[in-house]
Amino acid sequence: MNKFKKGASSLYLALIFLFLYAPILVLIVLSFNDSMSRTVWGGFTLKWYANLSSNDNIMEALGTTIKITLTSSIFATILGTTAAIGIHYMKKRHTAIMLGATNIPLLNADIVTGISLMLLFTRFTPLGEFSVILAHIAFSVPYVIFNVLPRLQSLSEACFEAATDLGATPMYAFYKVVWPEIFPGVLSGFLMALTMSLDDFTITYFTKGAGVNTLSTMLYTQLRKGIQPELYALSTILFLLAFALLLVINFKGSARKEVVKNEK
Amino acid sequence: MEFIQFDHVSKSYEKQLILDELDLYIKENTFVTLLGPSGCGKTTTLRLLGGFEKPDSGKIYLNGNDITALPANLRPINTVFQKYALFPHMTIEENIGFGLKIQKKSKDYINDKIKYALKLVNLDGFEKRSIDSLSGGQQQRIAIARAIVNEPKVLLLDEPLGALDLKLRQSMQYELMKIKQELGITFLYVTHDQEEALTMSDTIVVMNQGYIQQIGTPEDIYNEPENAFVADFIGESNIIEGIMIKDELVSFLGVQVPCVDKGFGTMKPVDVVIRPEDVELDAPGKGFMDGVITDCLFKGVHYELDVQCGEYEWLVHTTKYFEVGQKVSLNVIPFNIQIMNKPESEDEEVLKEDDQ
Amino acid sequence: MINKMRTSFLATPYAIWVMICTILPLFYILGYALTNDAGSFTLSNLTAIADPVHLKSLWLSIRVAFFTTAICLLLAYPVALILHNLKLTNKGLVVFLFILPMWMNFMLRILAWQIILSNNGILNSILSTLGLPTLHILYTETAVTLGMVYDFLPYMILPIYNALSKINDQVVEAAADLGANWWTTFTKVTLPLSKDGIISGIIMVFVPALSSFVVSNLLGGGKVLLIGNVIEQEFTLARNWNLGSGLSIILMIFVLLSMSVMNKVDDSENGGMPV
Repeated sequence: MNKFKKGASSLYLALIFLFLYAPILVLIVLSFNDSMSRTVWGGFTLKWYANLSSNDNIMEALGTTIKITLTSSIFATILGTTAAIGIHYMKKRHTAIMLGATNIPLLNADIVTGISLMLLFTRFTPLGEFSVILAHIAFSVPYVIFNVLPRLQSLSEACFEAATDLGATPMYAFYKVVWPEIFPGVLSGFLMALTMSLDDFTITYFTKGAGVNTLSTMLYTQLRKGIQPELYALSTILFLLAFALLLVINFKGSARKEVVKNEK
Repeated sequence: MEFIQFDHVSKSYEKQLILDELDLYIKENTFVTLLGPSGCGKTTTLRLLGGFEKPDSGKIYLNGNDITALPANLRPINTVFQKYALFPHMTIEENIGFGLKIQKKSKDYINDKIKYALKLVNLDGFEKRSIDSLSGGQQQRIAIARAIVNEPKVLLLDEPLGALDLKLRQSMQYELMKIKQELGITFLYVTHDQEEALTMSDTIVVMNQGYIQQIGTPEDIYNEPENAFVADFIGESNIIEGIMIKDELVSFLGVQVPCVDKGFGTMKPVDVVIRPEDVELDAPGKGFMDGVITDCLFKGVHYELDVQCGEYEWLVHTTKYFEVGQKVSLNVIPFNIQIMNKPESEDEEVLKEDDQ
Repeated sequence: MINKMRTSFLATPYAIWVMICTILPLFYILGYALTNDAGSFTLSNLTAIADPVHLKSLWLSIRVAFFTTAICLLLAYPVALILHNLKLTNKGLVVFLFILPMWMNFMLRILAWQIILSNNGILNSILSTLGLPTLHILYTETAVTLGMVYDFLPYMILPIYNALSKINDQVVEAAADLGANWWTTFTKVTLPLSKDGIISGIIMVFVPALSSFVVSNLLGGGKVLLIGNVIEQEFTLARNWNLGSGLSIILMIFVLLSMSVMNKVDDSENGGMPV
């Protein structure tokens, strides 16, 4: 009975992961497909990877995407981290108000967030890269705040006080005592902002204006005419890069935990 | 066959052996305490009986039935958990009635039982309250009530008073004994607190490193520890290496002292245990050994003295005050000298380092 | 020791940011919704929801969102429970496995489903090789629902997994100790104690499902017109921003309504942190 239960559980998990990763597998296979058709296998090729760098359209969209994603997530991380620290030391009632406001972009429908930002931006600035960056900061700051805040809350106030008691200036105490504790939260907030920004379509779509294209919006316009296979290749590269990056971060993190365990 | 019987039970976690071929017999309607430092296997023993763990080998019997493979929910045994483990989403009434509802008891029966149990733990009228409105001590009482309404044959208590403060712990000890008397069932109690064990138990099982060190009444355990571990773990002791010269005569620290123990053989190495309150202080030259007071601390009921006699520093409890530097002599009546065999295995020997 | 007053000022830039980029835009959308082309006050953009076409889209959206949420919940709970029972020491790994797919472009992932589900696509080739009848679900409500389930499933799994991790193991043991079998323990203890996670998950799936327009575009082939599609078209094709804003407000009202219903269910919820 127990063995059966275990087997059934494993099978179920495998099916769910198949469901989640099947489309990705399809795309990776397509990136090596020599045929332009999406459903016919025309043999193995690397030409889409080779052609990639000479496809100006795609390279431009990639450049825009990276610029927007990096700029917005870095700003979101700075803004979100300072905000989280500020909110943590606020009076309770003010904290509640700030958190309520922070929840709005998370809970509101993307389409409504996108449209409302577009309506605002058109009044003050022409839509373009800049407005997209602002919009991306707007929806990714909450992720940073909600990743940093729990870290602050679990941090014992006594640690900071002990540091100052031992003669540290508040700045030094923050840097030496508080920062190492909240850093994992800052990092995961940053990664979350990065992921959300990279994966976003809806909000970018409404706030980008004409002429600016991220990979997502370019794909959307290409859907009807047919996707350039180079895009499969590019996405495969990005996916594998992310996979490697997250793997490293994850294993580094668990390796450190292991050390801590052994020291006990 | 005894009421509860552990038969060659072994258990390991992640390749670490916790219990090694444990044999344990428990009589019906007794208050048995498993006592030992953390990591000694006492909690594992309890969890094996509760059905939360399965032994790697060996059998467990209850009332003559092999219950080794029986899951926790089918055992007539209930547990009071260390951190209470009350259901946070239920009221007190729902918590206490949980087991009875599963047994499909009638509503009236359940209500009566809840009332009775709450009365027994001195919390009448708390039925509708929520869990988070209770203090730690009150939560613990509810946990006890929740377990006993099911009329278990055995009640397991896993360091139930560990999280409470000293005063509350003492009054709860008294209450637990009262409840035990009222219910007339077997209590298996796990603790690392020797005072708790001495106060409440009919029988104490002292454990260390997965082995039983001694089983006995609190008086036995305290007055006649069988080895140095037990002597050291139960209260404070002077434990001195000595040689049993012949029956009723032991030599230690260069003097020969009469005692009452027999049967150790002649010229046998032994451990000599003398409780600090059994050492009497006299004027220099009058006892079997002279020394100098090196420390005197007031402890409320008594003074705690350190007496340096050559190489060895004695721990002595007296009701009289002594100056540091004062010369004294030590005396112990033969009855209060406890002789113990030297430990034969390494396992018996390992001790002090993992006391809590 | 920490000067709380002074430290709390660190949040000032963010407070200003919130005013400008969160609160102000909502007033803008409300402003557009309550005016017409000429800029005079009107309620017609809101009452436009009564138009049969819009009403039909709204109803369809609610239906799709409902089924998406229900299927996600049914699929996700066992996943979370199995993962929880594995007692992984590295909880980050779980998050990692469910976040990773997001690094393959969302549009492409949905497109891949188009390829999998199409009449001569992968799924049907597998089915016909096995001698089973083929499915023709692309460009139907079913395909749209499937795409949304695919897209939002991690948002259901993670909060439930988190909630399960927070349950004290001893409480589950206590239930068994008191005679509860696996099923009773699950329904009486585990399930109620993971309620917060379920509610977070429902909100995080239902809201985007209600308002999505991309999935329905790709997998509905223009035949499945959700309220999100209607709003998008008002902005991009019809260029009637006022009507689009009006319908957005209606959508927001539905989102708020569904959330307050969920919060009523979860009377003990304290704070709205969804992640």
